[in-house]
Amino acid sequence: MSIEYLGLSSINGPLIALEGVQDAFFDEIVEFVIDGTERKIGRIVEIYEDKAIIQVFEGSENMSLKNTHTRLTGHPMEIALSPDMLGRTFNGIGQPIDDLGPIHSSLKRDVNGLPLNPVEREYPRNYIRTGISAIDGLTTLIRGQKLPIFSGNGLPHDQLAAQIVKQASLGDSDEKFAIVFAAMGVKHDVADFFRRTFEDSGVADHVAMFLNLANDPVVERLITPKVALTVAEYLAFEQHMHILVILTDMTSFAEAMREVSSSKGEIPSRKGFPGYLYSELATIYERAGIVQGVDGSVTQLPILTMPNDDITHPIPDLTGYITEGQIVLDRELNGQSIYPPINILPSLSRLMKDGIGKGYTREDHQDLANQLFSAYAKVGDARNLASVIGEDELSAIDKKYLEFGKEFETQYIGQGMNENRSIEETLDLGWKLLGRLPKEELDRVDTKILEKYYKPMEVEE
Amino acid sequence: MLNTGTIYGINGPVIYLKGNTGFCMSEMVYVGKQKLVGEVIALDKDMTTVQVYEETTGLRPGEEVVATGSAVSVTLAPGILNNIFDGIERPLEKIAESGGAFITRGVSVDSLDRQKKWQTHITVAEGQFLHGGDIIAEVPETHAIMHKCMVPPDTEGTVVSVVSDGEYTIDEPLVTLELNNGNTKELTMTQHWPIRAARPTHHRFPASVPLITGQRIIDTMFPIAKGGTAAVPGGFGTGKTMTQHQIAKWSDADIIIYIGCGERGNEMTQVLEEFSHLTDPRNGKPLMDRTTLIANTSNMPVAAREASIYTGLTLAEYYRDMGYDVAIMADSTSRWAEALRELSGRLEEMPAEEGFPAYLASRLSAFYERAGMMHNLNGTDGSVTIIGAVSPQGGDFSEPVTQNTKRFVRCFWGLDKSLAYARHFPAIHWLTSYSEYLGDLAPWYQDHVSPKFVDYRNRLMALLNSESSLLEIVKLIGSDVLPDDQKLILEIARVIRLGFLQQNAFHKDDTCVSMEKQFLMMDTILYLYKQSRALVTMGHPMSVLKSENIFDRIISIKYDVPNDRLEMFTQYRRDIDAFYQRVLEKNA
Repeated sequence: MSIEYLGLSSINGPLIALEGVQDAFFDEIVEFVIDGTERKIGRIVEIYEDKAIIQVFEGSENMSLKNTHTRLTGHPMEIALSPDMLGRTFNGIGQPIDDLGPIHSSLKRDVNGLPLNPVEREYPRNYIRTGISAIDGLTTLIRGQKLPIFSGNGLPHDQLAAQIVKQASLGDSDEKFAIVFAAMGVKHDVADFFRRTFEDSGVADHVAMFLNLANDPVVERLITPKVALTVAEYLAFEQHMHILVILTDMTSFAEAMREVSSSKGEIPSRKGFPGYLYSELATIYERAGIVQGVDGSVTQLPILTMPNDDITHPIPDLTGYITEGQIVLDRELNGQSIYPPINILPSLSRLMKDGIGKGYTREDHQDLANQLFSAYAKVGDARNLASVIGEDELSAIDKKYLEFGKEFETQYIGQGMNENRSIEETLDLGWKLLGRLPKEELDRVDTKILEKYYKPMEVEE
Repeated sequence: MLNTGTIYGINGPVIYLKGNTGFCMSEMVYVGKQKLVGEVIALDKDMTTVQVYEETTGLRPGEEVVATGSAVSVTLAPGILNNIFDGIERPLEKIAESGGAFITRGVSVDSLDRQKKWQTHITVAEGQFLHGGDIIAEVPETHAIMHKCMVPPDTEGTVVSVVSDGEYTIDEPLVTLELNNGNTKELTMTQHWPIRAARPTHHRFPASVPLITGQRIIDTMFPIAKGGTAAVPGGFGTGKTMTQHQIAKWSDADIIIYIGCGERGNEMTQVLEEFSHLTDPRNGKPLMDRTTLIANTSNMPVAAREASIYTGLTLAEYYRDMGYDVAIMADSTSRWAEALRELSGRLEEMPAEEGFPAYLASRLSAFYERAGMMHNLNGTDGSVTIIGAVSPQGGDFSEPVTQNTKRFVRCFWGLDKSLAYARHFPAIHWLTSYSEYLGDLAPWYQDHVSPKFVDYRNRLMALLNSESSLLEIVKLIGSDVLPDDQKLILEIARVIRLGFLQQNAFHKDDTCVSMEKQFLMMDTILYLYKQSRALVTMGHPMSVLKSENIFDRIISIKYDVPNDRLEMFTQYRRDIDAFYQRVLEKNA
């Protein structure tokens, strides 16, 4: 029987100091009983001889220096794993909150996970068709990839993520598809929106939800993505399923980290975030991928809201350096009622080049994508020029670019919330739009591909 | 007797031991029951501070820390090439064999295979006096590289016995030396060297030979010398990693050390996969035969990330000592600087700019200064070239890592976001980049490519610069009102940008281009400019010139002329002449 300690030495926000502990280890989980009734758990984050600094997940409300009994559990943060977790709802630290009883399983895992050995990884190549042109055509999502959505408050990132879930799962007829959904500090409405979407699209039985809502304790948020990913890894690599993990909102996660770090009195680096923000984000994002010889994959779709729409803010910035590309939403496109408002210029999928083309999508895909990016970049130049000298003064070619830009935004980027385009439709639409530009302008396309696919648009006169 | 200590406190990767443990600075230690690898980073009368290269979950105060008596060092012997290591030279394949797909803690594996027998040819004889660095044996390590076993730099003596040629493991004695003090010492293939100390050389040469990479914007515009240093800064998505991959694949270095420092796991897997399939264009052997990968991905422990850069550098210096040209790709040095910052924060050191420790600049300079073209102790010449990627926060080049790196490198390939957005790759911007090696390398280009080479390169740059100032005007008033000679500059600059600077890494001919083709392309573009300018001066309007498709034909030379059919360039010259004649006749 393990020893119980009565009383605490100090309480400072979610951090508690306990003296006189014996045989505690770094990262160990402890249990508190407050006034003999309320139970909380915490984690040892620093330890000096017999003094342990403990971070309480549920917040330190109601705790006093006297009324608390503390017990060491002898293990790091663990979660019981079972295939039955699909269709269930949990709180931020993996405890069921749907009144369906606890998860019974003898299999328990440390939520911190272990780094996947690069020599055992399989390089992701299978693309996931989302039915959204701007993604399939220009920033293709690959199974085993981590592709975040950079968004801002008030932009339809939730709708976009929901549409991806719906269309990507419908296209997939095999039963081995599942979703792990982790919410960190999101509003009730958002959590509810996702729950309804999962039910409406008939995938609710294949979803494990981990909810830490905006009014739940901040510290709990730090563990939520880790719990969710531990479940995802188990389902993917041991139950051989293809898992799509949605993490929203990574900004709340990073801010929780800042809050806790500052109450620990750590030295802040950029914008008050702790120096280990990069390492900590990496341990989350890097838990996506495919293991060689194992039939299963973890694909991550993290959502983060850029504070003040600033892509150079430390959170999106560090995220972009870890993830394999990003999908950036744009307020201006949203203002023009274009859905999904994806700004394709800063968007990117790093794994796209190896998952498209002959044998995967179609031979012309890469060239077409390059050409669309390049043409759309020129649209921006033409628009800048037009705002200075007026549209009438533009050269004929610049005017063509303006037209192309408008059509591209409304027809190619813009589509319905339930519109599910096939890859051929997406590619053909791209060529149709390029038909508005003269052939000489298409300098990113191999001559043979150009001959085969390029058709100039008939002049309607 | 080895020193030991007892753990007092634990804070993430940093642990504290109470009392005077007698450890040395930078000494390697084993921490706790699991024997996690650590390094001593601070000593005090009352407290010893150790950084641990693995996750510290589960460590308890009171557990024992054992010193090893030596600094964190790498094992140097055959078997380094065609291998992939973590940040402290543990082979990842062996770790996978012993621990499965995920990297567990406290794994104890040998850095190099100690069972494998290598075909050895002894190159010394009894009675010979050997100095540090002298070659004692040759081992064909891979199909491409002959490994030269050397006397450790701090040893010298007379050979008293040698074994005959045959198969030996890296631990078997090959040569016995009688040292000056009368003792004997057995030499094996293996050496150990502390990662933070530079290996000694005889002297340094000035830069004089370029590292040919097959990338036009590098070789022609901003060349790097063998033994030089370059920085590739760029925000995310601007193609840093792609640029590094291209250089690793196609450069004419003998050996490539690729350090993935805090980068993506999938990227390392891609490098591994791609390099095993690709063949070296010079000898037809797999690229992995001349490559070593150091992979410390972003989710692997932070202290080992900090060490990985030094591990790679030490391996590179070892091959340089054999007389090879080694190129190091460090992707990315910002992650390394951030690891320094993270550890410095854990130690509660006073932060300087942006939270980085004040010693950031001195660490960076110490790193880049280990590059160079060297005359080795054994009389051979070799070089270490360092190409470091920098990932500036928010793509802002004024941040401390980029700024400090700029002070210590001589070649700067600035990647530009707007070029990347327009999918102009490599997105190295011609106006922000520079190479201080241009002057040093000019004689080489004159002798080996063409006497006109440097002049042509400068003319191209001048055209690009004029374009940039003209574009300022175009932004205000549009291009229609420009005089024809300026319109021609814009058009030729377009040809240079699209046809020369832009290079397609996925096109089989365009991915790597010989110096000769690079020169002929420049020559053709400048000839087109000369002829067009003559026409414009005669009063033929640009609209007539542009109605011919000659400009676009020149742009697609990079795809249309295969690398082994350079005689096709004469046809292009004739086409330009024909174009000239047609315009003349049309408007006669």
